[in-house]
Amino acid sequence: MKMLRAGRWITAIALLLLAGVYVRALVYTPVERTQGLAQKIYYLHVPAAIWAETAMILVGLAGVFYLFLKDPRLDRFAAASAEVGMVFAAIILTTGPIWAKPIWGTWWTWDSRLTLTLLLFLLYVGYLLLRSAVVDPAMRARYAAVLGICGMVLVPFIHFSVYLWRTLHPMPIVLKPSSPSLPGSMLATLLFSWGVFTLLYVGFVVQRYALSYLREQLEAAGEVGHA
Amino acid sequence: MLRAEGLRHKFGTVRALDDVSFSVQPGQTLAVFGPNGAGKTTLLRVLGGLIQPQQGRVQVDGGRRAIGWIGHQPQLYAQLTVAENLRFWASLYDTRPPADLLPRFGLEEYANRPVRALSRGLIQRTAIARALVHDPPVLLLDEPFTGLDRVAAETLSQLLSQHAAGGRATVLVTHNVEEGTELATDVAFMRNGRFVHCAPRSGRSARGIAEEYRNAVA
Amino acid sequence: MPLPDTVRHGWAVARKDLLVEFRSRTALIAAATFVVLVLVVFNFGRDPTAVSNVALAPSVLWVTFTFAAMLALNRAFQLELENQALDGLLLAPIGRGSIYLGKLIANLVFVATVEILGVPLLALFFNVRILPYAASLAGLIALATIGFVAVGTLFSAMTVRTRFADVLLPVMLLPFMIPPIIWAVEATARVLANRPLSEIAGMLKMLGAYDIVFVSVALLLFPTTVSE
Repeated sequence: MKMLRAGRWITAIALLLLAGVYVRALVYTPVERTQGLAQKIYYLHVPAAIWAETAMILVGLAGVFYLFLKDPRLDRFAAASAEVGMVFAAIILTTGPIWAKPIWGTWWTWDSRLTLTLLLFLLYVGYLLLRSAVVDPAMRARYAAVLGICGMVLVPFIHFSVYLWRTLHPMPIVLKPSSPSLPGSMLATLLFSWGVFTLLYVGFVVQRYALSYLREQLEAAGEVGHA
Repeated sequence: MLRAEGLRHKFGTVRALDDVSFSVQPGQTLAVFGPNGAGKTTLLRVLGGLIQPQQGRVQVDGGRRAIGWIGHQPQLYAQLTVAENLRFWASLYDTRPPADLLPRFGLEEYANRPVRALSRGLIQRTAIARALVHDPPVLLLDEPFTGLDRVAAETLSQLLSQHAAGGRATVLVTHNVEEGTELATDVAFMRNGRFVHCAPRSGRSARGIAEEYRNAVA
Repeated sequence: MPLPDTVRHGWAVARKDLLVEFRSRTALIAAATFVVLVLVVFNFGRDPTAVSNVALAPSVLWVTFTFAAMLALNRAFQLELENQALDGLLLAPIGRGSIYLGKLIANLVFVATVEILGVPLLALFFNVRILPYAASLAGLIALATIGFVAVGTLFSAMTVRTRFADVLLPVMLLPFMIPPIIWAVEATARVLANRPLSEIAGMLKMLGAYDIVFVSVALLLFPTTVSE
């Protein structure tokens, strides 16, 4: 199928570029003075975090439109986006502690943003579990839309609470009201990495979407049972 | 009184309703017969507004307030008494249960018993009384005779003929062609979501209809 | 839709739920037992020289409240499925919002009962002074409870109709419960430590916003969970 192939290509290109991000981060970007080499993970951590959050918002928006249009394509997209979002949240939850150990001296800390990435991860787990627990496709899509919308509404609460809690976490240095306080080369690497992660997100989602479409076709033909 | 036009509905890939249209006039009783999985319950749920059909529309004069429903399950709260149950359901229709409701079903002496302490037959009678708390002009019945004891079944038959005589409409669906044929003014056979036969009964005997049903569906 | 109708029918549904619960009292007794259990166990597991009562009390309090809420939420719609009474509610000429409102009120009354029981017990077992802060504590607890019970009521309408409902609800609700509970725990700690109210104003605002947003979202979304 054409779409699946396209998704594979996008993902392959993104993975290749990801290697480029590493090279750029390690070779062409200066070492940060206080954090040392460990800061390099920042170039993976921040873009993944942005997409883990954005994916949830897209799941919610797809849910809103699904409830009005009842178009199964929207539901398929929501499911794909949630799976990819969960993978990205998992990336943060694994890279976060790797960064935290040398800098904070501990693998896990109840820093608010780490906690809330965990919440985001749990949100995805709940969403995907709900999907697996409902057999009827129309009912599954409706329920998933409801949970997705609630998740989307929860994201700003998660985000705002960063400013409410005492936190160890570095405050946002890129997406903040005043201009970014980051050396130009670091910012360039970050933006490059963000672009790569965007491509990764698109590639993964397109593949997942194509797979679930194929699966539905097979189910319609009666060749496989329900999951 | 009740009109269905071009109803279509699918569950996944299963066609539960496939272009079903009919209308029921005051005084008519439509009996829909079909094997399990023919889409009978879906049809009734669409008529009651519990399912939004993917295509087509249903019109009931008087809206949801006009519908009374008797299904497989009694729709009663086991911990509450008979009177409490009836009062609760009536309150949702902004009314009170009619004073003669309990006597009509021989339930006066059980009014203050919790439903879970009643026998099966009494629960069934209470369930029928529950469906009538708001004196509905349209009755929707899903396999109403299944599992009823003799007294409850007779009460229900009597009630349905009174209901029809009072110029009201009834739709009854069942897989058992022996049931409810005497009460029907119109008969429909359903298979794979379609009405394969829909006509006035016009004097056909119960046995004749059963014969036709077997030929049409089997 | 005129508001009085929604509220009147909602109240009818809530009153019926509470009457059913009052008749059986199973969930309430289970919740009360749990409250006592938690309060006793936490007290014995605590090293009094290392952890002060006041430091532990807020967490214990909110753990008991969340579990009590789970009990209430799991049975709210279970009750309606037992004899397919939910179909009856949906057939009745009442707005879907009334059904949600009724369930929400009943769940809140249930959780509030457990809370009214739990707070004095906490004061007794943990030897914490609560009387001087009773008013602010009550307001804080109410503010925190409304939000997550509103979300939980919405979710339980979905989970009861799925396989493994009892597991699914806590998993789905967890990420929605943690933020308000964390705000509530921190605010409770400050109230019990007799800190000025201005210190918890930010958290109260977050809790208030959470309540308003999620009660509205749940009211809007509930109809799609019950109609097919």
